[in-house]
Amino acid sequence: MNSGVDVQHLGVIRRGRAVLRDLSLRIEPGELVGLLGPSGSGKSTLMRALVGVQRVTSGSATIDGIPIGSAELRHRVGYVAQSPASYRDLTVEENVRYFAAMLGIDSSDADRVLELVDLSERRRDLVSSLSGGETNRVSLAVALLGEPQLLLLDEPTVGLDPVLREHLWGVFRQLRDRGLALVVSSHVMDEASRCDRLVLLRAGKFIFDGSPSTLLSRTGAGTYDGAFIALVKDTA
Amino acid sequence: MSLRRTTLTAYRIVTQLRHDLRTVALVLLVPAGLVGLLAWTLLQRPGQFDAIGPRLLGVFPLTVMFLVTSVTTLRERTSGTLERLLTLPVTKADIIGGYALAFFLVALVQSVLVAGLSYTAFGLHHLGWPWRPSLVALLSGLLGTAFGLALSALATSEFQAVQFMPAFILPQLLLSGLFVPVSDLPAGLRQVADVLPMSAAVRALQPTETLRGATEQTLVMVAYVVGALVLGAVTLRRHSK
Repeated sequence: MNSGVDVQHLGVIRRGRAVLRDLSLRIEPGELVGLLGPSGSGKSTLMRALVGVQRVTSGSATIDGIPIGSAELRHRVGYVAQSPASYRDLTVEENVRYFAAMLGIDSSDADRVLELVDLSERRRDLVSSLSGGETNRVSLAVALLGEPQLLLLDEPTVGLDPVLREHLWGVFRQLRDRGLALVVSSHVMDEASRCDRLVLLRAGKFIFDGSPSTLLSRTGAGTYDGAFIALVKDTA
Repeated sequence: MSLRRTTLTAYRIVTQLRHDLRTVALVLLVPAGLVGLLAWTLLQRPGQFDAIGPRLLGVFPLTVMFLVTSVTTLRERTSGTLERLLTLPVTKADIIGGYALAFFLVALVQSVLVAGLSYTAFGLHHLGWPWRPSLVALLSGLLGTAFGLALSALATSEFQAVQFMPAFILPQLLLSGLFVPVSDLPAGLRQVADVLPMSAAVRALQPTETLRGATEQTLVMVAYVVGALVLGAVTLRRHSK
């Protein structure tokens, strides 16, 4: 069953501070959602809650009808964290093959995902010898292994050059067209135009949910940066 | 727990070590080198190396394996790879089991080297049971690994993990009977010394220990290894608060 993400009144309190407050959200299969917001707004916490490594204090959420944190979901959700989450003292290929094996996937899938993130030529290099952008792409390759129904990508394009960024957004759109749901977080507003739908998070609350063009028309701003600033001021 | 995922994780850790031969050389050679150094210092005092040497086979592997395991595990915890693994269909026992298996192999090579060299090149005299020194050296290495896995949960940086060495190992060394026989310790300390893991290793290798006593101490070490591994698995948290 593939029914997307359903978040109901989700809240996370960490060390006495409300990091996420009463969030409700539905994401359908085949949607490419941009999760935008200033740093510290709770984007990563929301993703970590959905992937099951952040304890939720109130509300609930399901992915394909299964409560988050369930062991069954671990095959279905691909996740790229902000930390590189790869072994620096292994080669690119050894990293991807190990994670594939832990997922119980044939190791030939490693070749496919390395191709997708354009790392085939560096497969025999140690991760410690890669640039920051290349290291991020190792994590992305791991997230693409198997057949995830949902991809949660926490700032996957940080530190990438424009050519590569364009390539990766192309990959994201292909995956969406195959029916995957994708949530891509960013604090860079010019990524907004690449998404079908934008969700803006500020201080743990959603302040906007709609298409990029609605964001521009509602705020009357000429740029996404301008629209974001206008919205943040509005809701402050 | 799955045998396949445990073996794959052990293989991955061994591959990491293969890319870091300097660490491997240090881990394998330092215990043997230290015992050799001790033999050299006691060259003018016949009989003394036979009295002290065997016990150190229980001390050096523990120390070295404790350090290498706690730093490796801490790296796994802080780099994000552990959290990433826990978002996959992987159990905590798979990960701890993988570490235990990988470092078991390292400790095995280390113990054969240190015991083998001690009884050949360094001129240590036989204890009576040829398997004993190697087995105790191996268990001592495993103790180091198991406690390294468990205690790395308390450290938040590699700097702290290294500081656990003097905090965790040196008190055990003082109380292990190496400097003052355990029976001569003040009452409160004696009870503590009796139950410490390193004391069991040192006692198991005491030339005066009976076979029955040595076997008992060996079992105590096995129990400590299992207990610390379970503790290590418990302290791996899937969720952050």
